[in-house]
Amino acid sequence: MFNVPSADVLLQGVLNGLLMGCLYALIAAGLSLIFGLMEIVNFAHGEFLMLGMYTTFWMYALFALDPLLSVPISAAALFLLGWLTHKGIIRRILGGPMLAQIFATFGLGIFLRAAAQFLWTPDFRQVGRAWIQGPVRILGVSVGLPQVVASGACLVAFGLLYLFITKTETGAALEATAQDREAAALMGINTERMFALGWGIGAACVGVAGAFLASFFYVFPYVGWLFALMAYVTVALGGFGSIPGSLVAGLLIGLIEVLSGLLIAPAFKYAAVFAVYLAVVLIRPQGLFGKF
Amino acid sequence: MALLAVEGITKRFGGVVANHNISFAVQPGEIVGLIGPNGAGKSTLFEVITGYYPPDEGDVWFETQRLVGRRPDQVNRLGIGRTFQKLRPFRNMTVLENVMVAAMQHRADPAGARQEALRYLEFVELADKGDRYAGHLNTGERKRLELARAMATRPRLLLLDEVTGGVDQRTIPTLLQLIARLRRDQGLTLVVIEHNMRVIMSISDRIVALHLGKVIADGPPSAVGKDRRVIEAYLGEAFATPAGAGPGA
Amino acid sequence: MAGTTGPVERADAEAPASRRPGWGAVLLAALLGAVLVFPWVFRLPYHRDVAIKIFLYAMLAQAWNILAGYCGQISLGHAVFFGTGAYTSTVLQMRWGWNPWLGLVAGIVVAVALSQVIGYPCFRLRGHYFAIATIAIGEIVQTVGINWEFIGGARGLTMPLRKDSLLAFQFHASKYPYYYIMAGLLALCMLVSWRIERTRLGYYFRAIREDPAAAQSVGISITKYKLIAIAISAAFVAAGGTFYAQYVLYLDPDSVLPLSLSILVCLLAVVGGTGTLWGPLVGAALLIPLSEFTRIQFGGTGGAVDLLIYGALLTSVAVFQPAGLVGMVQRWRGR
Repeated sequence: MFNVPSADVLLQGVLNGLLMGCLYALIAAGLSLIFGLMEIVNFAHGEFLMLGMYTTFWMYALFALDPLLSVPISAAALFLLGWLTHKGIIRRILGGPMLAQIFATFGLGIFLRAAAQFLWTPDFRQVGRAWIQGPVRILGVSVGLPQVVASGACLVAFGLLYLFITKTETGAALEATAQDREAAALMGINTERMFALGWGIGAACVGVAGAFLASFFYVFPYVGWLFALMAYVTVALGGFGSIPGSLVAGLLIGLIEVLSGLLIAPAFKYAAVFAVYLAVVLIRPQGLFGKF
Repeated sequence: MALLAVEGITKRFGGVVANHNISFAVQPGEIVGLIGPNGAGKSTLFEVITGYYPPDEGDVWFETQRLVGRRPDQVNRLGIGRTFQKLRPFRNMTVLENVMVAAMQHRADPAGARQEALRYLEFVELADKGDRYAGHLNTGERKRLELARAMATRPRLLLLDEVTGGVDQRTIPTLLQLIARLRRDQGLTLVVIEHNMRVIMSISDRIVALHLGKVIADGPPSAVGKDRRVIEAYLGEAFATPAGAGPGA
Repeated sequence: MAGTTGPVERADAEAPASRRPGWGAVLLAALLGAVLVFPWVFRLPYHRDVAIKIFLYAMLAQAWNILAGYCGQISLGHAVFFGTGAYTSTVLQMRWGWNPWLGLVAGIVVAVALSQVIGYPCFRLRGHYFAIATIAIGEIVQTVGINWEFIGGARGLTMPLRKDSLLAFQFHASKYPYYYIMAGLLALCMLVSWRIERTRLGYYFRAIREDPAAAQSVGISITKYKLIAIAISAAFVAAGGTFYAQYVLYLDPDSVLPLSLSILVCLLAVVGGTGTLWGPLVGAALLIPLSEFTRIQFGGTGGAVDLLIYGALLTSVAVFQPAGLVGMVQRWRGR
């Protein structure tokens, strides 16, 4: 049942796992930010990612814009979507019953997936010729250059996010709101605006991730769903509400995913990742670094 | 023997020691007041006793039964009821249904449970609001509902967390009478967390005072009221010692 | 401490207004009559098929409602029980010649066992975390279904045809028996829900939904009762799966284990009204015909339009009226 791959394949797997892990980290960071603020899981997070990817694809298909250039566009579009999601939907269900909290975003995700399928068909799309393409050799094995660039960019974005949270005044306000909503309000922080901002930034994170992902991954309506599960597990492992935790967890999940696929069988990726999820939430519910 | 024996309970949350080596006993029929400034560890102690938090050290005995390691529902079925500081009514159920749920532990059929629940609601004078949704009650009513609900499980020991907090001052005497009747008519033993000094001094047989997680005094109200450590703990809130003559909360 | 007449009288009116004898009984009788007579009035196979679909999905939604609506544990992967029932009874028939009715029972047993295995670790998780776990389980089981050759893998299983008979649970010449069997299953499920509502089980379920910590403080073992809820829920969903297998005579992971089924089941209950007896049926009666309509209107992309409406409905109900249609009506009547 266990395959033992050669050292080369293993190394390649580890590298790919780490590269993918950077993407998971950024995607999870957005989710973690939102949850840290208001204890709401965005069940449409995967669809946000999907929309970021589609934005990038259409920029390429219609205006011949390279994915690299679409990053700010995708980020801005998703920021707007996140902001609107909060204003239109989330605001009304804060503190509401669990059912409402879960299905509000779950329904949104379904709607966005279906809208993508309706508007753009279920066909798999691809950015045919990006500026960055082809393989590159690292440590003697070959990995895709787009993946490397994507990972690097995600790390940078992650770092920027972290700096924003810890070094800027707005970031501090966000943190304060996440720690204690009432106290923050008493200190004069406009918590409503913090929530909307959190949603905007959280969505923008997947906007960035999606733009880079589109440069080497197929784009189709259900693509977000694939990544969403990984994101949930990553956030749980890292700790809901912990941004640095998302990075460590993302890398771990990326590794576990690839290695379980190599060592057992590709079909068991989910099983392995889910086993991790269960282990984490049952043994250490607050994850590695989280506060809940 | 003591009804409740707390022995060396220590509970830490990360770096904070919420309860440090807390020991005291409660005799059957006593009313023990648990006092201390905010953050003294009173509610945490309740959570440990009733099984919501496992202690890091120590034991709790309910007569001959060990409580540590039991789940909260098991603790309740042994005979310990409690109310919560932050009230927890079943909001989308009626007042009557709230108490019925508790009564069903001993009367499984809804009709029987309804009868029992009504009795408890009458005791707390909420029977006329039976059909209201619990979420629509005011704080004082919710406190009484929570009391009725706790009573409906037929406990021998009741842990009351904050009886008068947030309650209209005028209803306090009624509440006090309720508590006195709990012991007199229902034969209950009580441990009461309370911030209103006048109230707690007047109803308690004994006072256990906590400060920063430790027991700093354990004795009759008159003695504890004069205890210098207790007075110092309530820095600036000097209160006179004869029961009932304090400056109030 | 004798009760005064006032509170006692009012307490006796604890049953919702809709259960006042008289009106309720008449409506119920009329409904039952309509169900019985329907296939003879609307004789087209298509009408019968839609009705069967409504009954099946209403039952699945009602079963989901027991776990999620009454007990508050929101599962987003309930299709696993449907598939379990369908596959268990079908494989037992095809490989070892079991009678389909025994297969039905076996499917229920396996599904209930699965529900306990899932529930025991996962019920320790709070709302969102539990929901995520159910999504993951749904994905895993679907993957297993696709890859497990023993049960047909992605190709699925085609039921060997047998002569019409109740014993063989197959009817070809006339499909009326399917209609009545499904109606019967739905009625049974609703009967069980009705009993749950009126007994201690229902009260405990609701207490757990409202506030688990407070429920514990009055002596309710929340794990035990959640496990009971998911067992009952899984049993009915599995029975529905077996019925489906006998009715459609073909199954594959895409038809009995898909996410879309899990979503639909939630949707019907949420729109109709979670935590109510009639909510799921109302939801099914409204939304199944709607989905048929969109399928006819929009042909190829019909699937997407379906989900478009579902998603919008789900979010709208969650935001504006979480109690659903029936819940809304109940509130208006001051229940």
